[in-house]
Amino acid sequence: MSLFHRATLRGVLAAAAILGAGAALAQSDLKIMAPAAPGGGWDGTARAMQQAMTASGVAKSVQVTNVPGAGGIVGLAQLVNQMKGDGNQLMVNGFVMVGAILTNKAPVTLAQTTPIARLTEEALAIVVPTDSPIKDAKGLAAAIKADPAKVTWGGGSAGGVDHIAAALFTQEAGADPTKLNYIPFSGGGEALAAIIGGKVTAGVSGFSEFEGQVKAGKLRLIGVTSANRLANVDGPTIKEQGINLEITNWRSVVAPPGLSADQTKALTDAVKKMSESAQWKEILKQRGWDSAYLDGSEFAAFLKAENERVSKVLTSVGLVK
Amino acid sequence: MDTFLALGQGFLVALEPMKLLYALIGVFLGTLVGVLPGIGPALTLALLLPVTFKLDPTGSLIMFAGIYYGGMYGGSTTSILINTPGESASMITALEGNRMAKAGRGGPALATAAIGSFVAGTLATIGLAFFAPYLVALAIKFGPEDYFALMVLAFVTVSATFGDSPLRGLTSLFVGLALGLVGIDILSGQSRLTYGVPELLDGVEVTTLAVGLFAVGEALAVAARRHAAPEEIEPVRGSLWMTREDWARSWKPWVRGTALGFPIGALPAGGAEIPTFLSYNIEKKLSSKPEEFGHGAIEGVAGPEAANNASAAGTLMPLLTLGLPTSATAAILLAGFQQYGLNPGPLLFAEKPDLVWGLIASLFVANVMLVVLNLPLVGLWVRLLGIPQPWLYAGILVFAAMGTMAANPSPVELMMLLVFGLLGLLMRRYDYPVAPMVVGLILGPLAEAQLRRALSISLGDPIALVQSPIAATLLAIAALALVAPFLMKGLDRFRASED
Repeated sequence: MSLFHRATLRGVLAAAAILGAGAALAQSDLKIMAPAAPGGGWDGTARAMQQAMTASGVAKSVQVTNVPGAGGIVGLAQLVNQMKGDGNQLMVNGFVMVGAILTNKAPVTLAQTTPIARLTEEALAIVVPTDSPIKDAKGLAAAIKADPAKVTWGGGSAGGVDHIAAALFTQEAGADPTKLNYIPFSGGGEALAAIIGGKVTAGVSGFSEFEGQVKAGKLRLIGVTSANRLANVDGPTIKEQGINLEITNWRSVVAPPGLSADQTKALTDAVKKMSESAQWKEILKQRGWDSAYLDGSEFAAFLKAENERVSKVLTSVGLVK
Repeated sequence: MDTFLALGQGFLVALEPMKLLYALIGVFLGTLVGVLPGIGPALTLALLLPVTFKLDPTGSLIMFAGIYYGGMYGGSTTSILINTPGESASMITALEGNRMAKAGRGGPALATAAIGSFVAGTLATIGLAFFAPYLVALAIKFGPEDYFALMVLAFVTVSATFGDSPLRGLTSLFVGLALGLVGIDILSGQSRLTYGVPELLDGVEVTTLAVGLFAVGEALAVAARRHAAPEEIEPVRGSLWMTREDWARSWKPWVRGTALGFPIGALPAGGAEIPTFLSYNIEKKLSSKPEEFGHGAIEGVAGPEAANNASAAGTLMPLLTLGLPTSATAAILLAGFQQYGLNPGPLLFAEKPDLVWGLIASLFVANVMLVVLNLPLVGLWVRLLGIPQPWLYAGILVFAAMGTMAANPSPVELMMLLVFGLLGLLMRRYDYPVAPMVVGLILGPLAEAQLRRALSISLGDPIALVQSPIAATLLAIAALALVAPFLMKGLDRFRASED
C-alpha cells in the first residue's frame, strides 16, 4: 500500500509538471517558494509565475513550494538560513511581510535577501455599506475626527497593509491613531461579510476584494489609495479628496543571500523576461493586478523606504514598541 | 422554472463524454491524494491545480469538483480505517468509524460514509441551486456576536465526546483551549506562548494535533500493549455491506447531518467542524442505542460525514454568489476560477450562467462518480485491516509523518507531531478522551476572536452579545441543552419516587 501510494503521488506530481511545462525554449529548473499556505495572495502570485514562466518558456520547469507561517517569516528564515547561494531559488514576498517582520521581532530581515524585482501592486479601497450616512472621504474623516474610537474599521490581519492604511487615514484626518478601532478578520470573505452586513463603519482591503460588490451596488466606494485614478474604476482617489493617503499592496520576488553577480543577473533576467511575456500580461489582466515592475538598486531602495514608513506607522498604533 | 432550465443546460454540459472522463479522473486523483493522512481537500486541490492548467474552463472546473469531493471522501477513509483524520472536519468520523472498523464493521462504516456523502452532497447541491440567493442574504446578517453564540452552542455539545468521565473530558478540553492560545493573537497582532519559536507564531495546526493524538498515539499505544495482550482486529465480521438495520439507522442521520452542515457551511465563518460536532451530539441523543456510542455506532459516522459534505457544498454558496472564499479550499477554487479570468461574485450567475450551472451539474456528477468508484473499493480498503499489526502501524507512522511534512515542511512541526503522539499514548494509558482536546483547539481561538470582535464593535458593552435575535436564540438553545439533562434526571427521580 505504501509503495503504491507514494508512486501514485509522484506520478501525479510528475504529470502535473509535464502538463505545466511543454515549451521547447526551456532553459532551467526554477523553484519558487510561497511563504504562505495554499490559497493566499503570495501562493497565487507564485502559481501565476509558474504558469507564465513555463508557458512562455522562460524556465523548463517551475516548482512551487509552500512554507506557511507568521506572515512569511518562517519562509524567510528558511530562505536566508538554508538556501544560501542557491541560484535557482526565488521567494515571493510583499508589503505584509515588512510589517510581520517588525511586529514579530523576526531574527531575519528582508535586507538579508537578494532583491530581484517588484512585480505587481494593488490599490486598496475604502468602502462603506450602501445605507451608511458617510458619502465620501471628507465625511469619513469628519466622523473620525469627532471620535476615532466610534468608527470601526473591518479589514485583514493586524499589522497588515489594511490596518496600516486605516491608521494612516486616521492620522491624516487629524485624529489620534492610537485610538483607531480596527477589527481584524481572518479571511477576506469574513471581513467582506461584516462590511456588507453593516457590522462595521468602514472597510479597507484590496480593491479587487470589493470590486464585485461595488459594481453590484452593495457597497459604496469612498476612494482608492493609489496615486492616480484606476483605469477601470469609476471612483475618486482618497488623495484627490484632500486626505494625503497613498499606499499600495505590492508583491515582489527575492532570492537567497550569497549569490554571485552572475546568478543574480540570471534570475533578474528570467523574472524580467517573464514580466514582459504575453502570458504574464494576460494573467495580470485576469486577476486585476497592476504591473509595478522595478528591479536592481531602485527596488532595493524602495524596500528600504517602505520599511521605514511601516515601522513608523506600526509604532504609532502601538504594534511595535 | 428558470432554475430547472438552467440546471438542465448545465447537465448537457456536464454529461458530455469527455467531461465525464474529467470528472472520473478528478474523483480518482482526489481520492488517492486525499487518503494520505494529514492531507485534506485544500492541500489536495493545491497539489493538483497544475493538472487542470491545460483544460478548458468548464472541463477544468469539472475536474476540480471531482478532486474536491474525492479529497473529502479520501479523508474519511483514513479516519475510519486507521484512525487518522486527514483534516479536522473528519475527526468526529474517526470516533465511531474506527471503532466500527476494529469490530469488523469497516465495510458498513465506509459504505455509510460514502452513501451519506452522496446523499448530503446531492441534497446540498440542490439547496445550492435553488436557495443560494436567499440563504446568502441571511448568512451576511451573522455578526461576530452571533458567531460567538454559535460557538457557545458548540461548546455545550462537546460533552458528547467526553466518554465516561466528565472530569477527564474537561481536562482534555482545557488542555486543547490552552494550546489554542499559542501563536499570534489575531486581534492585537501580538504573539502569545511562542517562546521565540517562529514556527509557533501561527499557532498549533489542528491536523498536526489530531494526527498526533489519534494516529501516532494509537500506534504507540498498540506497540506498548503488544506483549501484554495483543488486540485482535477482525477485518470483516458479518456482512461487508450495510444490513437492513444499518440502512434504517443511517438515513435519518444523513438527512439531519445535511440540514446542519449546509446552512452552517454557508456562513462566512461557519466552517465544517462545528456542524460535525453538533451532528454527533444530536445523533447520540436521538439514537435508539446510545450505549453503542464510543464503541462503534453507525449513526455517529453517518451524521457527521453527511454534515461535513453538506458544509462543503454550503461553502460554495458565498463563493459563487458573493465571491467570498470562506475556507482554504474555497480560496483555491477561487484561484481556479481566476486562471480563466472569471471573478465569482454577484455578477457571475448573470454573466456566465453556462459555466456556473455546468459546475453545479458537475457537482452532482462528481457525487455519483464518487459512489460508483468507491463502493467497489470498500472490499479492498477493509483488507488493509488484515495487514499484520506491526506492518500496519509502522505504515501509519510513516504516512502520518509524511502528511504532516507535506502540509507544513518544518522540523518543528514533526517534533510537535511526536510530542502530541506521546501525549496521546499517555492519555490512552490513563483513560483520557483525546477528541475534546482537538475540539478545544478548534473552537477556542474562534470563540475568542468572535467575542472580542463583538465587544470591540460595541465599544465594550456586553449587552450587545444578547441583543441580536440570532445570538439570543442560539444562546437560549445552548442553555436549554445544558440544563435539560439535569431537569430530565430530576423528573425521572420524581416519577420513580411516586411509584
